Amino acid sequence: MNPLLQLSGVETHIGRYHILHGVDLSVAEGRVTMLLGRNGAGKTTTLRTIMGLWRASSGEIRFAGQHVEAMTTPDIARLGLGYVPENMGVFSDLSVKENLVLAARDAPLDEARLEWIFGFFPALKKFWLSRAGNLSGGQKQMLSIARALAEPRKLLLIDEPTKGLAPAIVAALIACLADLKARGASILLVEQNFLVARQIGDDVVVMDNGRAVHWGAMAELAADESLQHKFLGLSLDSHQ
Amino acid sequence: MSAATDVGAALPQQKTDILPAMLPALVALAALPFVSFSTWITLTVAGLAMGMMIFIMASGLTLVFGLMDVLNFGHGAFIAVGAYLATLVLAPMAGYMQADSLAANLTALVPAVIFAAAVTGALGLAFERVLIRPVYGQHLKQILITMGGMIVAEQLLYAFWGPQQIPLPLPTSLRGAFIIGDAAVEKYRLLAVVVGLAVFLTMTLVLNRTKIGLLIRAGVENGEMVEALGYRVRRLFVGVFMAGSALAGLGGVMWALYREQVNATMGAELMVLVFIVVIIGGLGSVGGCFIGALLVALLANYAGFLAPKLALVSDILLMVAVLLWRPRGLYPVATR
Repeated sequence: MNPLLQLSGVETHIGRYHILHGVDLSVAEGRVTMLLGRNGAGKTTTLRTIMGLWRASSGEIRFAGQHVEAMTTPDIARLGLGYVPENMGVFSDLSVKENLVLAARDAPLDEARLEWIFGFFPALKKFWLSRAGNLSGGQKQMLSIARALAEPRKLLLIDEPTKGLAPAIVAALIACLADLKARGASILLVEQNFLVARQIGDDVVVMDNGRAVHWGAMAELAADESLQHKFLGLSLDSHQ
Repeated sequence: MSAATDVGAALPQQKTDILPAMLPALVALAALPFVSFSTWITLTVAGLAMGMMIFIMASGLTLVFGLMDVLNFGHGAFIAVGAYLATLVLAPMAGYMQADSLAANLTALVPAVIFAAAVTGALGLAFERVLIRPVYGQHLKQILITMGGMIVAEQLLYAFWGPQQIPLPLPTSLRGAFIIGDAAVEKYRLLAVVVGLAVFLTMTLVLNRTKIGLLIRAGVENGEMVEALGYRVRRLFVGVFMAGSALAGLGGVMWALYREQVNATMGAELMVLVFIVVIIGGLGSVGGCFIGALLVALLANYAGFLAPKLALVSDILLMVAVLLWRPRGLYPVATR
């Protein structure tokens, strides 16, 4: 089966810095692919390059059968990519409602879908008309993810959603992502928290120094501590 | 499905930051003890009228900067060109302007204003395509090329209309003043206040009640995220640039009627005030721009009457004071 998203030899320069050195990875349809790696490995740059926010200097990016490496960001998004950036990208001056209204690009917000989102993130319903800038960090993360879910997308790119959040909110995010997975969503998820990655991921790609250095099943990596040490330099004990 | 998350405690109450909005009223009240009431009324209405005209000219510039980080030093060209374009319509309709009938006056004035705004809007499209688009993200080049654009526009005005000032008398029904008690309030200044308020309210409604407005506000805060949601910010920017140019043209016509003359350097002269207003208000903030324009104009009028020498530097002193108090302006945009 052809992958939904495929990167082949993608290189990215930011100014004079060479960040990605020929990244190869693929995301299969209906699977949650975890993108792991140490800080500075190039995970965020990979997502931004897929979205066209930073231009790939060489290599190919194919999404749903189309080359997207030369497309503009809005055109890429319109192919069905939802993006949750590391900094959440919430519009602080707009209300929760207005943030979601903008996320529903082509039609009014779907009420049933909204209720489904509120099921995971009731805070968004409670603060529906509040200014998004007043939300807590966790609530902003919920809003950021809710925005990506406001309309059906073919693939979600989510960058470190649990970073710095309280355990209760992390649990809500995991529940949401698990439900998305059960519904057959395709997700490429950057995550530093290996325990979270292990719970959600089907497949895994590990990056180091701007390259993908390991591809495989998440279960395989989760079960093999030597692989974890080799690629991530971590011990699960330190996370427990 | 699990509804695991807590709903969250109540949000911290957002402080309503009304102090900057109160400043024009505070400045006006502070001036009251130093002049007679009738003089105060006259000066205040003059200040409000001037402020509204500056706001009309500056509002487009602040949005252009907010949305695309573009420093357009050529904005003044649209002010001057708008005024000259109005003379094209008004000169052959001088009879209508001098008729002692409001309807006849408006028959000349309304088409002149529409023509000036429409053509400056269209020129804005060309200006963006030819001069601004090649220098996105390069502030130094933006300053140089847009200043160059303004100089070229100014020289073209000289070439087409000649170096002399062109008189632009007010229409008959807008001349003179209403006498309120001992105070004389010029009719045209009242009209300027009404037009300025109408523009401000329309902009506020569009920005807060329409999806385009939401996109503009979101784009001012984080254009990259708006693009990642699938919206073409550049297209939005072109629209805002055209609207801003059209508003500059409208402001130019109003200013020329206020001064009853048109000259090629009026745009460059006004740009100093326009930039001060945009900076005081907070780059990208329409509300801040409105308050900043009123502050600058009121202070200039009071200072001009009470201490004419001080009036020469009142705008700069105001900007210094505001920036010492609030370095990002009166109403800064969230992440800017």
